[in-house]
Amino acid sequence: MYLLIAGGGKVGSNLARGLIRTGHEVTLIDQRPSRFDQLEPEFEHQVHRGDATELFVLERAGIKRPPDVVVAVTGDDEDNIVICQLARDLYGVETTIARVNDPRNQPYFDLLGISPTVSATASIMGLIEHEVPEHGLIHLLELRKENLEIVEILVDKNAACLGKSIREVALPEGSRVIAIVRNGKAEAPEANMQLEPGDSLFAILEPGKEDELRRVLVRP
Amino acid sequence: MKVVIIGCGRVGGAVALALRHAGWDVSVIDEREDALGRLGDTWTGEFHVGHGMDIALLRKAGIENADAVVVTTDGDNSNIVIGQMAQKQFDVRSVVVRILDPARAEFFKTRGLNVVCPTQSAIETLTNAVRAYEGALN
Repeated sequence: MYLLIAGGGKVGSNLARGLIRTGHEVTLIDQRPSRFDQLEPEFEHQVHRGDATELFVLERAGIKRPPDVVVAVTGDDEDNIVICQLARDLYGVETTIARVNDPRNQPYFDLLGISPTVSATASIMGLIEHEVPEHGLIHLLELRKENLEIVEILVDKNAACLGKSIREVALPEGSRVIAIVRNGKAEAPEANMQLEPGDSLFAILEPGKEDELRRVLVRP
Repeated sequence: MKVVIIGCGRVGGAVALALRHAGWDVSVIDEREDALGRLGDTWTGEFHVGHGMDIALLRKAGIENADAVVVTTDGDNSNIVIGQMAQKQFDVRSVVVRILDPARAEFFKTRGLNVVCPTQSAIETLTNAVRAYEGALN
């Protein structure tokens, strides 16, 4: 694969290293002169110095081929957005991956259809939720493009759904239980299975239906 | 009529004063508190300190009821994303965005943004001035 990586900080340079090691072709772009000087001895012709939101810089780095993937991991969210918009809409790059530095900027990425995005804060938040499931519902996976998410629900002795069968629980429209983990074993859900304390339910739903799902399964 | 101006530099500040003078309800956002100085001692519009990408601040500045938004921060890419947010999310009728880089200006024009590119205007004016001199000689 041919990948173009904008942003040669810790994230970008280590991505480039890993991808080159596994046989991929990579071009790395960084605009900071001091950073470029550090990267150049190692990456040689595979690193370019310049502002990756400038069209001539992107073109010099080979965006017209076009790359299979453009990865925008600079420290500026507005730059990452513009890099992905240019790659996708001007140069026909099919896959773009963007880093979100400040989670408060996520709405900009979503509004402009920049997906997938990766945010360290959101990932760590997810891990914390998984360790301390305060709200009874753990986010496992968000598929923004598909408008779907997968969550895990822990059934405790106070759960609203306790003792009911899956059929009896009035799940919100657009959501479905896809698996039940009982005693460490995952099972396909049967409509007549009674929910017991200690069960974990995996459900697929439309984003925004979480509160409804929480009401019928966890707390009314 | 209400306008939100994001970026109160030489250009944004002057646009704010001109529109206020013309009777507009003007709300200005800038990261630096001392940018307020550009608006004079008798500024009667709103002034908010903060980053122009901060959506909560944009709401506070009244973007939801704005008839127009002018985006003139010193960052082209910030202007590009803020302008698109104003247009697509807040449905502001008239959004004008300053982009200094002619190449990006050209591309985002094709994406439906109302772009002003002072660099391109300067290039054309300078070239035409020299060509006019050339013409006068012949």
